[in-house]
Amino acid sequence: MNKDIHESPLKRVCIICAKGTVEDVYATLVMANGAVMEGIEAKVFFTFFGLDAITKKRMNKLHTATVGNPAMRMPGGLPFPTLLGMIPGVEAGVSAMMKSTMDKLDIPPVDEFLEMITAGGGEVYACKLAMDMFKLKEEDLWDQCSGVLTVGDFYAMCGGENTQIIFT
Amino acid sequence: MAEKTIAGVNLSVSDEGYLQNPDQWTKEIAEEIAGELNIQLSDKHYEVIDFLRNQHKQGTPLTIRKVGKSGIVDIKGFYTLFPGGPLKYSSKIAGIPKPASCV
Repeated sequence: MNKDIHESPLKRVCIICAKGTVEDVYATLVMANGAVMEGIEAKVFFTFFGLDAITKKRMNKLHTATVGNPAMRMPGGLPFPTLLGMIPGVEAGVSAMMKSTMDKLDIPPVDEFLEMITAGGGEVYACKLAMDMFKLKEEDLWDQCSGVLTVGDFYAMCGGENTQIIFT
Repeated sequence: MAEKTIAGVNLSVSDEGYLQNPDQWTKEIAEEIAGELNIQLSDKHYEVIDFLRNQHKQGTPLTIRKVGKSGIVDIKGFYTLFPGGPLKYSSKIAGIPKPASCV
């Protein structure tokens, strides 16, 4: 392996989550939690529809898209027809199924996952502009949110050696 | 795979220093590995280590969440006991393989 990788390991990841589907939010949460587990500092910035992940009313009710998702499969592996995904209740059913599969793998619900990240020293932020757009107030956000940032504030946190910005 | 002498015992360890055979584990070995990681073991550490060794014996895959729900320590406390890598460092000290877990 490249010697440099060992001599100069990753120190901090700044992760941006702009989408609110189960898979987009969990990609962010797994990466942030994985970082703190390895002793890497993690700062997570939720913006646009990603704000759902830290909005109290919505955080544990995320859905996965059953329409316009060509990777979607039926439980047996057959393709999932888009027309079926349009039927009311199907998206909720599929999302519930995904969550129960994740639970079996010991993947926690969103609020508990965020608590795991902050317990390890990770920080969770909301985007000011997106909050204004969606007319959200600080009290609508998850209580342990570290703050509301402008893009400039966010970049100011991304300095230093061996810091990476990740857009999930 | 490598050989390493820990606490006077010649052990086979993984490239990252995890014991290959958990049955060879002793408290002396735990103390020495903990020392290399700058961790001073307390009774609480040993409670976590016992929990991990039991879970491993039963073949349960380990995650930070399981330790948090063990009733021994919450996740924040787990990070405080083993700073910088709770699951990997505690597993290393407990003489079990490195957990292949993403959560």
